[in-house]
Amino acid sequence: MVGVAIVALFIAMATLGPVLLPFDNTYYLTKRYQPPSWEHPLGTDFAGRDVLRQVINGSRDVLLVAFLVGIITTFIALVVGISSGMVGGRFDAALMAVTDVFLIIPSFPLLLIIAASLPRTLSPFEVAFIISIVGWAGLARSIRAQVLSTREKPFIEAARCLNLSNIHIIFSEIMPNLLPYIAVSMVYSVTGGVYSQVSLFFLGILPFTSVNWGMMINIALYNENALINTKAWIYLFSPIVCIVLLQTGFILSQHALEEVFNPRLRSEE
Amino acid sequence: MRWIFRRSLLLLLTLFSALTINFFLVRLMPGNPVDQMLNELMMQGYSYEEARTTVAQIISFVPDAPIHEQYIAFLQGLFKGDFGRSIRLATPVTTILGYGIPWTVFSMSLSLVISFVIGALLGMVIAYRRGSLVDRAISLYASVSGAIPAYVVGFFLVIILAIQLRWFPSELGPYGRNVIPPGPGELPSLEFISSVMRHAFLPVMTYVVVSVGGWILRMKSSTISVLGEYYVTAAEARGLSDRRIVLTYVGRNAMLPMFAQFAIYIGLMFTSSVFIENMFLYPGIGRFFSQSLSWRDYPLTSGCFLITTIAVVFANFLADLLYSRLDPRIRLE
Repeated sequence: MVGVAIVALFIAMATLGPVLLPFDNTYYLTKRYQPPSWEHPLGTDFAGRDVLRQVINGSRDVLLVAFLVGIITTFIALVVGISSGMVGGRFDAALMAVTDVFLIIPSFPLLLIIAASLPRTLSPFEVAFIISIVGWAGLARSIRAQVLSTREKPFIEAARCLNLSNIHIIFSEIMPNLLPYIAVSMVYSVTGGVYSQVSLFFLGILPFTSVNWGMMINIALYNENALINTKAWIYLFSPIVCIVLLQTGFILSQHALEEVFNPRLRSEE
Repeated sequence: MRWIFRRSLLLLLTLFSALTINFFLVRLMPGNPVDQMLNELMMQGYSYEEARTTVAQIISFVPDAPIHEQYIAFLQGLFKGDFGRSIRLATPVTTILGYGIPWTVFSMSLSLVISFVIGALLGMVIAYRRGSLVDRAISLYASVSGAIPAYVVGFFLVIILAIQLRWFPSELGPYGRNVIPPGPGELPSLEFISSVMRHAFLPVMTYVVVSVGGWILRMKSSTISVLGEYYVTAAEARGLSDRRIVLTYVGRNAMLPMFAQFAIYIGLMFTSSVFIENMFLYPGIGRFFSQSLSWRDYPLTSGCFLITTIAVVFANFLADLLYSRLDPRIRLE
């Protein structure tokens, strides 16, 4: 419950925040590095901009990309896993070879290369898409394994005897059984989305288009020299604390989901 | 044997795909390094033709050839150990890799061993205390820490331990600024070694903090599954000492999958070092890799990515071998 509450808080911050406290990107050089005050609850940065507003407005892209990553990754994994498991034979072997290749290739370096080779600034959707492209393989493999074990179950045989279509079997017989697993993995991919995206901006691989936590950390470290410059600590720590909190929220929600779907976990305690 | 053969085939396929992806993606990179070099050379007074041949020599790249011939030339170059020259640093890529690899291997293997040992011990302890407060606290820490990028933890450690408490040098980099690194063929001075060790402490600790969780969880689930086996119950029924059961019955069997995982993580060394090396300005492969991307230094990018992939592929092969050696059940499949 705590996890869901944290995530809900961040979602509220990302959706309502930018409306209530819009970000003003003009430089106020007379107000650089101000300590926290009523006007600027988290102080100001090297250009006199409000830190709190940057954190709030930065959360929008972070969450948007993270959720998109969750959806796209799960979608690719579902399509690959289910078709591979259902069709079988050579098709399955070929598809799994591709999946294994994606599983073994070091994914973060690959992501960096892909991101760097794209010629222009990327929309949140495109960022989410390239993160998903390197991250779907593990989930596809386990979905396939689940499909393989589910399709031998008697109720699938019953459905086949009733001459129900493959489409029906996939969507009405197999999918509902996979649903708990898919939901949990989706939350897991969302944390991966936060991680990869913030890191791409931190390393400066993606150009800075809008405010974003990874960008803030990058600027804090390389432009403000925040490790030594004590005045920049708030600017550095605000996005960092947000990342830690948000990820904790997602992981806790994931655990909560697991417990809902798998009552055995609850009785163990 | 068939299993190993199939796995090797898969690994070769992976290596080949990585090479291909590498070849095509870097050619798509904006601010095409070839054009950039051509421009630079022409500004230095070279004629267009001269500039082209120079560029072709430098990055072992035939500018006018059709793409498949370029690809073959690229593969041939790699087999000869020719990775081209870095554009930005104007040195052969192999020299740069030769400089970077030891730093990464040194810091990351230290980190890996430490987090593996701590993780295996803690994982086993909490598997025995399932459901206790300790278990819940450690498990939560373990799963959250895996989702947090290393640099986030690194900042806390640097600011608290190096800047506030002054336990460690606060200047980043692999060794102190006034320490002279040993020349080629020279033995490193004592001063150099101690400086390197003190500077390695925070990067290593950062890696341990973020990666120990994964080992804890792996060991915990491995131990729990072993604890459910009948031979453990049988050993208990025979009245064997707890010590013996924990070490030889549970411990050894629970460690089996851990060793194969360890082999895989050795291969992931160059991947996991990207953040830490960028944060601590540590001149390893991870640092060169991300820098080469922002410099658009395409031969260097290729070289780093290749080393990373080769390491991963070999480690996977090692893990497969190890697994089938250690666990005869796999061999029979």
